[in-house]
Amino acid sequence: MGMTMTQKILAAHAGLESVEAGQLIMANLDLVLGNDITSPVAINEFEKNGFNKVFDNTKVAMVMDHFVPNKDIKAAQQTKQCRTFAKSFNITNYYDVGEMGIEHALIPEKGLAAPGDCIIGADSHTCTYGALGAFSTGIGSTDMAAGMATGKAWFKVPSAIKFTLTGSLQKGVSGKDVILYIIGMIGVDGALYRSMEFTGEGLHSLSMDDRLAMANMAIEAGAKNGIFEVDDKTLEYVNGRVNREFTVYKADEDAVYDEEYVINLSEIVSTVACPHLPENTKPASELTDIVPDQVVIGSCTNGRISDMEAAANILKGKKVAKDIRVIVIPATQSVYKECIKRGYMDIFIDAGCAVSTPTCGPCLGGYMGILADDEIAVATTNRNFVGRMGAKSSKIYLASPEVAAATAVVGHIVDPKEVME
Amino acid sequence: MNVKGFVHKYGDNVDTDVIIPARYLNTANHKELAAHCMEDIDTEFVNKVKDGDIMVGGANFGCGSSREHAPIAIKESGISCVIASTFARIFYRNAINIGLAILECPEASEKIAAGDEVAVDFDTGVITNITKNEEYKAQPFPEFIKEIIASNGLLNSLK
Repeated sequence: MGMTMTQKILAAHAGLESVEAGQLIMANLDLVLGNDITSPVAINEFEKNGFNKVFDNTKVAMVMDHFVPNKDIKAAQQTKQCRTFAKSFNITNYYDVGEMGIEHALIPEKGLAAPGDCIIGADSHTCTYGALGAFSTGIGSTDMAAGMATGKAWFKVPSAIKFTLTGSLQKGVSGKDVILYIIGMIGVDGALYRSMEFTGEGLHSLSMDDRLAMANMAIEAGAKNGIFEVDDKTLEYVNGRVNREFTVYKADEDAVYDEEYVINLSEIVSTVACPHLPENTKPASELTDIVPDQVVIGSCTNGRISDMEAAANILKGKKVAKDIRVIVIPATQSVYKECIKRGYMDIFIDAGCAVSTPTCGPCLGGYMGILADDEIAVATTNRNFVGRMGAKSSKIYLASPEVAAATAVVGHIVDPKEVME
Repeated sequence: MNVKGFVHKYGDNVDTDVIIPARYLNTANHKELAAHCMEDIDTEFVNKVKDGDIMVGGANFGCGSSREHAPIAIKESGISCVIASTFARIFYRNAINIGLAILECPEASEKIAAGDEVAVDFDTGVITNITKNEEYKAQPFPEFIKEIIASNGLLNSLK
């Protein structure tokens, strides 16, 4: 029986000829990742259980991004614990203030994830690296501790849903709209325990940043991982970043899928997820009565340079609407620098936006843009759960950078086509 | 292993942000986390919960963030077992890894009401609703997972 992309990667990392859905395996890991929130719990477990070495100091990564630069004393203590651990085990991929970025933007950018890799991260959005053709999945802190100690993790081999993409994206529509559309279609548990595998000629119209945004939100459909077939764009992206050998895996012709969907990208319009679940989607054009108090452009979903470019193109020469606070957060230092180089910083600041150093900050209600009672945000982030960005009665509408920027200018949710030249 | 307790009942898609809001994730202290468990969907939970009580949810319980703080907060608050029709996969893993008992059982999830007294036999997978005098059969764990639980968590099983 044929294997999916995910099954082939898992088989190779478990040292097996083949695997099938439902099989329990022990797989070798290429990278074990944690952040400033999840690593402390992992370090506590690691130390409590008497482990005294990491399996490979170059294959553990810790990125201080959630409450960093430290938001308060307790957060500072947690980062300090990570820093001390990283120093004592000589963790080469430890990223702190000045070098750090939002982990899921930083890891691909630094070439730490490659096609065919098997990666776990103590952060649910670790599924992002599936955009590069890797098997990559979120786990908890205990799995991270075990991964750091042994270089292995157990998995139940997932079955898969196949998404064949056709056509090409309309102007003003990006990867975020596609994944919101798909989550709206299959629901927040539509891919529970399973892989979402993306293939088809439509891939050509998706930039790497579009794919990273889509794979990032596979977890929002309950998926174990999202994975894209590797093509020329993938190889162009990893060449010069990944300084080691890697293997490209393609699904077998006779691979078995639980479900198959054909998605015509040309038919997808700017899409927004309404409170309080990512599956509550509507076309942006139907939500013009929604007037936000705050707009956030950033996060591990949409803080990359294409996202900044999309926002800057809409904000150029314009002012944000009165009474809307707009916060722009480039996801990494290099994205931040590129924004300066390309003149986006001038555009954002002249338009009346606040621009922040990289941080997850407001996305999870940490800091840097918390919502008060009953306030409304339009955000390019990935979750709109109750209280996610602040007060329990606040509301989040998830959108693309194009929709968020257009909303900031017009003063209510709008299809970005309305303001694009 | 058997547990018995009174039920705290919730709906579908109980996410980890409501189980333990991120504003409290600046600590890994189990007691501090438990003090805010379920705060954003049930402000009374921490006052009502008693040792041994059972939590029952609908579909996709524990969706969202990978924060292990979520099952830790539930376990530390005294909950002996979580029953749901389905669990989000990271929460499922985390619960097993930290030794919080969980069972998937759509029938129990549907029929058990808040306040019911329920007993769970993990060896047989039988859930007994003492209040309603009903029995439901849960999916038993695969052997591999039973071994992790028998070793009292993943890290112990590696030693």
